[in-house]
Amino acid sequence: MTTPPPAVQFLATDGSFAPSAGSDEYLPYIEALTDEQHEQFYRDMAVIRRFDTECTNLQRQGQMALWPPSHGQEAAQVGSARATKRQDHIFPSYREHVVGKIRGIDLMGIVELMRGTTLGGWDVNDPKNGNFHGYTLVLGTQTLHATGYGMGINFDGAVGTGNPDTDTAVIVYFGDGSTSEGDVNEAMVFAASYQTPTVFFLQNNQWAISVPVATQSRVPLYLRPRGFGIPSVQVDGNDVLASYAVSAKHLDDARNGLGPSYIEAQTYRIGAHTTSDDPTRYQNDEQLAYWVARDPILRFEAFLKNKGASEAFFADVEQEAADFAADIRKRTLELPNPTIDNLFDHVYSEPHPLITEQKAWLANYEASFGGDK
Amino acid sequence: MAVEELPLAKAINAGLRKAMTDNDKVLLMGEDIGTLGGVFRVTEGIKAEFGDKRVLDTPLAESGIVGTAIGLALRGYRPVCEIQFDGFVYPAFNQITTQLAKLTNRGRGTLTMPVVIRIPYGAHIGAIEHHMESPEAYFAHTAGLRVVSPSTPNDAYWMIQESIESNDPVIFFEPKSRYWPKGPVDLDASASPLHASRVARTGTDATLVGHGAMVTMMLQAAELAASEGVSLEVIDLRSISPIDYAPILESVTKTGRLVVCQEAAGFVSVGSEIAATVAEKAFYSLQAPVIRVSSFDVPVPAPRIEQLFLPDVDRILEAVDRSLAY
Repeated sequence: MTTPPPAVQFLATDGSFAPSAGSDEYLPYIEALTDEQHEQFYRDMAVIRRFDTECTNLQRQGQMALWPPSHGQEAAQVGSARATKRQDHIFPSYREHVVGKIRGIDLMGIVELMRGTTLGGWDVNDPKNGNFHGYTLVLGTQTLHATGYGMGINFDGAVGTGNPDTDTAVIVYFGDGSTSEGDVNEAMVFAASYQTPTVFFLQNNQWAISVPVATQSRVPLYLRPRGFGIPSVQVDGNDVLASYAVSAKHLDDARNGLGPSYIEAQTYRIGAHTTSDDPTRYQNDEQLAYWVARDPILRFEAFLKNKGASEAFFADVEQEAADFAADIRKRTLELPNPTIDNLFDHVYSEPHPLITEQKAWLANYEASFGGDK
Repeated sequence: MAVEELPLAKAINAGLRKAMTDNDKVLLMGEDIGTLGGVFRVTEGIKAEFGDKRVLDTPLAESGIVGTAIGLALRGYRPVCEIQFDGFVYPAFNQITTQLAKLTNRGRGTLTMPVVIRIPYGAHIGAIEHHMESPEAYFAHTAGLRVVSPSTPNDAYWMIQESIESNDPVIFFEPKSRYWPKGPVDLDASASPLHASRVARTGTDATLVGHGAMVTMMLQAAELAASEGVSLEVIDLRSISPIDYAPILESVTKTGRLVVCQEAAGFVSVGSEIAATVAEKAFYSLQAPVIRVSSFDVPVPAPRIEQLFLPDVDRILEAVDRSLAY
């Protein structure tokens, strides 16, 4: 095998602008970015990290069933999400909190899911939720949903017409552990066969809970889709500019009818897999230190400071993040517990006699104690 | 009234064409269903009529078929998936049980999943392993799925259309040994709703309940019993989830005796569920214990001994005798 090209990168670890070899085709996307967009990227990353910390704390305080932290993966997520267009559809896994926020969902939807008051959280058909589909906990299943959705887009003729407002792409998020699932591989088969407008966005955070990526694959993961006939690229996932530019290019290709593609974003999960995990059992300090030194937010902060961003800007973002987290905490503690209706009402979309009978039985049973149902 | 004599397979074919004509969001997907017309030719000629964007000869991957059907349903399509044989549905089991069945509930009423999964099932065709199973209990046990099985060409014609119209996912079990015999199909009107059970023969001494290919066998048993002066009522379940208990309970109230017949193995089966429910709801009407006639709880055997494994008319009548003698 020839030496693979380096991952696409625009920002060196110290935040200096240093495009990697082979990044030329993505450069126009970087050059088109405004200062306001740069600041938005930073704001997105900083606010979500504060949110993530707050939710982790809430779990530790017994207010959440579980929390899957996104600490360390902010640049991969923000860059790709900011590259989507209004009409695009997003199929997340379960760690893409900031993608949901950027697409417009109220993050309380995710909190409800993780606190344990619902199995869902938001209405993907409500336009304000930005076509952000539901979190999916069975690994890799969403890659097939995204591919099927893309088949529908093709059948609807909503790609390759040249209309920038209606040509539609689908981006699907998954992790390095998921790449071993059959569904992810079947999704690539179907995406290639039907040339769907799917961007497979792999966040390789190096760990599937405790199992390192080397156990999932003997080749760099971005090479795997090529065997399926799907073009692919590896990007520095801790460089928000690189993540943005590469995603924007591949989403454009998808909308233009060029079929599926695959992005491997190299990143690192700084925290635990979830709050139920204990990464001290498997992470080594050296690797952790390597990635902490590549923190996506610090890197972009250095870039912005080099460009002359003001202290007032950073103070403003810090305040917004604190306010956002405080609001989440307040609303989390106010969430009502689910009722009998939540248990029965949407199992089927049309009446089902067994469910009707059981709901009535439980309501009567609960009422027999004379208290609140 | 337009009545045509059709085999069950052709009745499904006609029902699919009708549904596809009525609604251009209906599309078919599966292995070998297009150019070949399916290994049982159920979809024969449909691709030629509707084109390759309505009839998809998919890659050979069952999870891929159901998983992409879910995505198509999210886009507003109404996919009808064919699983080639009963024993090949398991690669799709994850997508069916953790996703297809659950998305409506997860969406709290904001999502529907109008996906039909057609599965040819059952034995009596002399096939090798994985081609003669009756796995309906797995699906009936899963909240969020509807499970049905027609036994006649008329029901097949209407039930496939009603399943496609359903906004919930429907697992549509086709009794493959009944694909070829002809029966009358009323093209003008459906005899009963999708989830209604049906009295297929009236009687007074004992009640037989079953679904799919077992219905023909129960009717044969009733005919033989009648020649010996025993009057059996036969109920065609038609719907396995939900189960329409009213005709069953009414019948048991009348006869006092129930024999549940099924091709599936008996342990944790649809027949067990019916037996338990009838015992709960019609205890004082029963004059004998409910008896199940099932296959044995062993792997579906090699076809040269399938006759030892499967229930048949004699085993049904033996159970009836035990019930009457109680």
